[in-house]
Amino acid sequence: MNNLPRERVLAAAAALRSLVDQPLKFMEVCGTHTVSIYRSGLRALFPEGLSLISGPGCPVCVTAQEEIDSLLRLSEMKDIIIATYGDMLRVPGSSTSLSEARAHGASVRVVLSAADALRLARETPNRTVVFAGVGFETTAPATAAVILQASRENVRNFAVLNLHKTVPAVLETLGADPELSLDGFLLPGHVSTILGLNPYLRLPEKYGLACVVAGFEPDQIMAGITLLVLQKKRGIPAVQSAYPEAVRTAGNLQAKRLLEAVFEETDSTWRGLGLIPRSGLRFKAAFSDYDARVRLGISDLPAREPAGCRCGDVLAGRISPFGCPLFAKSCTPENPVGPCMVSSEGSCSAAYRYGRGDRL
Amino acid sequence: MCLAVPHTLVEITGPSTAIGRAGTIEVEIRTDLIENPSPGDCVLVHAGFAIERLQPEEASEIDALWEEIRAISGTPQHE
Ligand code: SF4
Repeated sequence: MNNLPRERVLAAAAALRSLVDQPLKFMEVCGTHTVSIYRSGLRALFPEGLSLISGPGCPVCVTAQEEIDSLLRLSEMKDIIIATYGDMLRVPGSSTSLSEARAHGASVRVVLSAADALRLARETPNRTVVFAGVGFETTAPATAAVILQASRENVRNFAVLNLHKTVPAVLETLGADPELSLDGFLLPGHVSTILGLNPYLRLPEKYGLACVVAGFEPDQIMAGITLLVLQKKRGIPAVQSAYPEAVRTAGNLQAKRLLEAVFEETDSTWRGLGLIPRSGLRFKAAFSDYDARVRLGISDLPAREPAGCRCGDVLAGRISPFGCPLFAKSCTPENPVGPCMVSSEGSCSAAYRYGRGDRL
Repeated sequence: MCLAVPHTLVEITGPSTAIGRAGTIEVEIRTDLIENPSPGDCVLVHAGFAIERLQPEEASEIDALWEEIRAISGTPQHE
């Protein structure tokens, strides 16, 4: 940190000490925020009474076990190549993982972009490339863009296992949970780049929740948290952006147009949270040729989550990673039991790497 | 997974592709998600796609918040 950000973090910490005179509990709902908060040790600067818990902000982690199993079943099919972001490789399904499947002969390629998956399909015309389309609103427009491109260019050996999920509805579920009794959300920066601010308006209006979008540097996160506290103190909950350089009120209209061209809203099952109405995306009928579930005739089957893993409770904010009896014992990044320890943005992985001594 | 890194567009190479630079590294970027990309634009890149044009000058919109934070904390401004 150079001097200005450092000074800002300390000024915000001092401001929080003088502002917080009642218990306040906020949730950060972005895995990138979670990692930044653990890495910079910000929680240690919070005054008594202020708590920030991690939520379901890691897309790989919230992917339901039955969805992971569907991906694994696809990897066992003949003439299929699975193209996936690297974070999915080691996520344990009910019986195996993609990296184990690959060791046993499955074709699994790591890609950095949905565009690379489509390129791979062009280079391997005799096999079908299935792209594991995981991610929130930040990532889903890229998937939509390549599906439109595949359709335009009539690439037939390309399909997507659609695992995309959307953020606003899950926040409403968590915000309405009396057991969690949240005071507000530190909203995700880049999901909001796409969505803008309006999709969150029900949170303050219906549930009185404070909502602030923040950037990812420690000083940006502290500014966001201070603004959350100010909203609560003043009794005027609202949706505000403390990340104006990247988030416009209306969001990214072009990206939203592409999303709407290819996908429509649907209910979706989240690990730990169950079925949440209007929290996922499904293919519009015109693009069902690119839907791996339709094309390859599979559907998600009931699945068993890893024994003893409390990922679901971690993602729902019910416990911190330190509350899982397996944390740092039988579950480590080298030998992960659940997805929250696999993904670089999982709360358990972040807590393991950076979290010692962090107050929770 | 929603991490995005700022890049400067150095060349538009096609209807939905450009070369972007971050530090000394140049990479191909998809520009499907932004309107009228042009060289010199600073964009946020996530999973190979530019997801938004950054407006660094807008960052000063929260200067007022920082002033308020400093006033509450009693720390003088050293900018
Ligand atoms: S520490 Fe491991 S077993 Fe426990 S919740 Fe996290 S991922 Fe699951």
